[in-house]
Amino acid sequence: MTQISTHTVIPPRSTTSERSVGRPVDRVDGTAKTTGEARFSAEYPYPDLAHAALVHATVARGRITAIDTAAASAVEGVLTVLTHENAPVLKPPPSPNPLNLSSMVSGTSVSYLNTDEVHWNGQPVAVVVAETPQAARRAALLVRVTYDSLPATLDFAAEEENARPLKGDLLSQAAAKKGDPEAALAAAPVSVDLRYTTPPYHHNAIEPHATTAAWDGDRLTVHDTTQSIDWVRRHLALRFGVPVAGVRVIAPYVGGGFGGKGLLWPGTILAVMAARATGRPVRLALTREGVYHTVGGRTPSAQRVALGAGPDGRMTALIHTSVSRVARVGGRPEPVTAVSGHLYDAANIRLQQNIVELDLLSNTFMRAPGEAIGTFALESAVDELACELGIDPIELRMRNEPARNPIDGKRFARRLLREAYALGAERFGWSERTPQPGSMRDGRWLVGMGVASAYHPPLQLDAHLTLRLSVDGTVVVRCGFQEMGMGGATATAQIAADALGVPLSSVRVEYGDSALPVAPMAGGATQTASVAAALLTAAEKLKKSLLALAGRSGESPLRGQRLDRLEARDGGLYRADRQGETYTGILSRAGRPSVEVAVGSDSGLGAAAGQVRFMARFLRDRRRWVKAALGAHFCEVRVDRDTGEVRVSRWVGAFDVGTVINPKTAGSQLRGGIVMGIGMALSEQTLVDPRTGRIMNPSLSEYHLPVHADIPPIDVCYLNEPDPTMPLGLMGLGEVGITGAAAALANAVHHATGKRVRDLPITLDKLL
Amino acid sequence: MRTFSYVRATDVPSALSAIGTGTGAKFIGGGTNLVDLMREDIERPDTVVDISGLPLTGVEELPGGGVRIGALTRNSHLAAHPLIRTRYPMLSQALLSGASAQLRNMATVGGNLMQRTRCAYFYDLAAACNKREPGSGCDAIGGFHRNSAVLGASESCIATNPSDMSVALAALDAAVEAESVRGVRRIPLADFHRLPGGTPHLETELAADELITAVELPALPLAARSRYRKVRDRASYAFALVSVAAALDVQDGVIAEARLALGGVAAKPWRAREAERVLLGAPAGEKSYERAADAELSAAAGTPENGFKVELARRAIVATLRELEGSGV
Repeated sequence: MTQISTHTVIPPRSTTSERSVGRPVDRVDGTAKTTGEARFSAEYPYPDLAHAALVHATVARGRITAIDTAAASAVEGVLTVLTHENAPVLKPPPSPNPLNLSSMVSGTSVSYLNTDEVHWNGQPVAVVVAETPQAARRAALLVRVTYDSLPATLDFAAEEENARPLKGDLLSQAAAKKGDPEAALAAAPVSVDLRYTTPPYHHNAIEPHATTAAWDGDRLTVHDTTQSIDWVRRHLALRFGVPVAGVRVIAPYVGGGFGGKGLLWPGTILAVMAARATGRPVRLALTREGVYHTVGGRTPSAQRVALGAGPDGRMTALIHTSVSRVARVGGRPEPVTAVSGHLYDAANIRLQQNIVELDLLSNTFMRAPGEAIGTFALESAVDELACELGIDPIELRMRNEPARNPIDGKRFARRLLREAYALGAERFGWSERTPQPGSMRDGRWLVGMGVASAYHPPLQLDAHLTLRLSVDGTVVVRCGFQEMGMGGATATAQIAADALGVPLSSVRVEYGDSALPVAPMAGGATQTASVAAALLTAAEKLKKSLLALAGRSGESPLRGQRLDRLEARDGGLYRADRQGETYTGILSRAGRPSVEVAVGSDSGLGAAAGQVRFMARFLRDRRRWVKAALGAHFCEVRVDRDTGEVRVSRWVGAFDVGTVINPKTAGSQLRGGIVMGIGMALSEQTLVDPRTGRIMNPSLSEYHLPVHADIPPIDVCYLNEPDPTMPLGLMGLGEVGITGAAAALANAVHHATGKRVRDLPITLDKLL
Repeated sequence: MRTFSYVRATDVPSALSAIGTGTGAKFIGGGTNLVDLMREDIERPDTVVDISGLPLTGVEELPGGGVRIGALTRNSHLAAHPLIRTRYPMLSQALLSGASAQLRNMATVGGNLMQRTRCAYFYDLAAACNKREPGSGCDAIGGFHRNSAVLGASESCIATNPSDMSVALAALDAAVEAESVRGVRRIPLADFHRLPGGTPHLETELAADELITAVELPALPLAARSRYRKVRDRASYAFALVSVAAALDVQDGVIAEARLALGGVAAKPWRAREAERVLLGAPAGEKSYERAADAELSAAAGTPENGFKVELARRAIVATLRELEGSGV
């Protein structure tokens, strides 16, 4: 078997000894990516590599009655055609259990190729393995499948009336109520009661999902485009009935995920199965269409937001209900209405989520699940209420800014929404806005300005890592986190450099490999905070060990010193009187090549204990206070008065995301979220034919992501104040950028045109 | 993609000989559409005849002021050519509004004329499509068809032609020169593409064994102040919902001559002759433009999903003519 070395990254050389955190350091993986040196999952060479291609079902629900693989098998270079008739039998996917997060990693409950049942239009029903990708794809076209179709429920809009209330679980609540909101709404002097809808969306990461799998006896190496290497490893071990320790998942570079690579989808399983069946290393690189057919997207939603207020704008009632979908074969409901429990100080609140189950591929997480679409409805409705009241939309928000968490009266860890609006309004020039819709013009363009709040709760999971400092002064952080382009490796190197007082250039971070200590999946904007917490603990342990080593020698100025009286700087520990010693000096004298410390345990028992600790802390934390990354979006649009074409001309996002570790990568994350929000508002939608359940625009040509020409310069600014309850005061910022963005844009369109579009995307036909 | 044989032609006679009767064979120029369709298993040629090495490039001035464009001229080259930019700006604008820079660098004039519809059901082998598989039905009717035809559609097909270039060529009265073993002939651009009727798989007048060798533009002084306006779902890299190619000659406040064609509304570039008739001799101004648009679109028929295109086309026509008038024609 080919040996794959653990992935490492050497940060760019730093010439100063100043602090790294807070500086716009270039990303440590930048050079490797721009030179093409970085290797993605479909790029690992193996001698004797075979290639796989999928055959997708063309019915939504039914049974396979016949599958003819003769023509496909006859194609030159085809090794095998796997179907439910000849595929290796795997153990079924485990039932999802919130106490064991890795049990929730399977995107669906279907045992691919171990059943003749078809559960969605696009489900893989055969896998062709061949000597070349061309032969595999050609043969895949020749597989003839006959189905016995069964009735299927496919039309979200038609099923909406059959939605049932969702039951909450440990991780998220599905309903909440305070006071008597319906009565308060009826009694309110001013009110709005509105319906908003959002379409299905897909992530469209630039790198399509791909897996390269190689077996060596019962040992398995998998290069997979995943946001959760540890869960993938556990799931594969379970399904293939091999020890977890023998499964290695490697994913140093992932070309964007946005949630679409958080769970495990058919391609990963089928590549590993194909490798098992053929005894060859196998690569399965999905086509873009294949990604649409086998990886879930965001649920559509239908939402009601009703707001009641007094003439002064103080809200008395807030009702937010939603219908979203899951599949019969899986999917988690997005917490669509949760955000409405936190933003406005209404005396009476009701939140309720409802779901329908359809015969489609499971939905899955997509950037800010819940908040992204929930804020569209809530923040549009607040703008509509502001219009009803004749109050400036920022002023209305400020009048309803709560002192405590509205839904349950818990304390906020802190709350800087006022400050975010003040900062954003100043930079944007909000005072130049004239309130009357349609009152601002620029030639043929109608100009509009809109605002909305961004909100995303941070989460911190358990990360394990080791930290080693060598006598040559180099530092190595080893932690199995994932890098999908967010800048996690860069931030981790910066944090380590500062915690130990060493130059950034001497820190190396190893990640993206399940052979490393286990880190949580990259999702929910959790990773940086989770790794930072473990890293800070490890750095303290490391410095203690070094101090103890130093203390053994009578020559050391550190002998008898306490760590909390020392400063870690310039590659060593120093007293207030500037006496001290370098780490290199301490290790040389002690005759030690290095010191290494570990945080967390990777043993089965240790990991289980870690899960329990996580859940306990999560629940305790949630009882104690409410915290969130927050922001204020300011959007200016131009709408062509003849054609209704909308162009975004300016954007300012002012955010409170706690400490900003790296303004360059943080800015990219937030800007990326806003770009995705612009797409969500204006042009993106997945077209699922309600007659067949078939996705009809599975391509970047017809699924309209924003292109460069759609995106104006985006001014991202931060309050940059540390959050007292988070490690280093940082909060994840991968998701908050998209929240509220679509509403800010829709509100700006209303201001420009006087037209409210409550049904995304705001295509021009809705403005004619 | 299926296996196919590849023949590289070096001149027109060798290309015509390689294509034979045209059954199961395709010419390939830039390949930007054909290769895509072969990957999707929609086009399944046994033989691909590569004509990219043929001496059919170049943009030449004709006696009398017209221009002859070699069929293998790249879209980007044509758009940038001074003759096109000064005499037929609508054509330059149309080319630049299409696809992406990379695609325009590859795509040829002849290939652009031959590009096929972007209807989602044409692209999905699991769907019924009379264009792809005659007689199988049309899943676009009753399915997603927001960007389908509002003019000239039939019960068997409601697809649109996606070309921008062809819309400008239709307005400019271009002619397509085609060669086969039977000789050379000229097909007026306006007649080159077909409406679907009961045979939507037959998209052009070009015979299977014919090679497009050139496109000729007649002298047209008013085209020097012409315009192409494309309305779409994002700022770039999307097909037209509606597009308008227009040229206007106004003398003393009266419209002396007008050219108008629409894109995105039919299976062919839609030369708006009704509108031109109304414009001719009418006073320049909003009211005349509206009357002209209404006259052209009176035959338009939409569904709840694509009906907006009728109003959009009307507005785009009026806005484009208004802008042309404002620019001092």
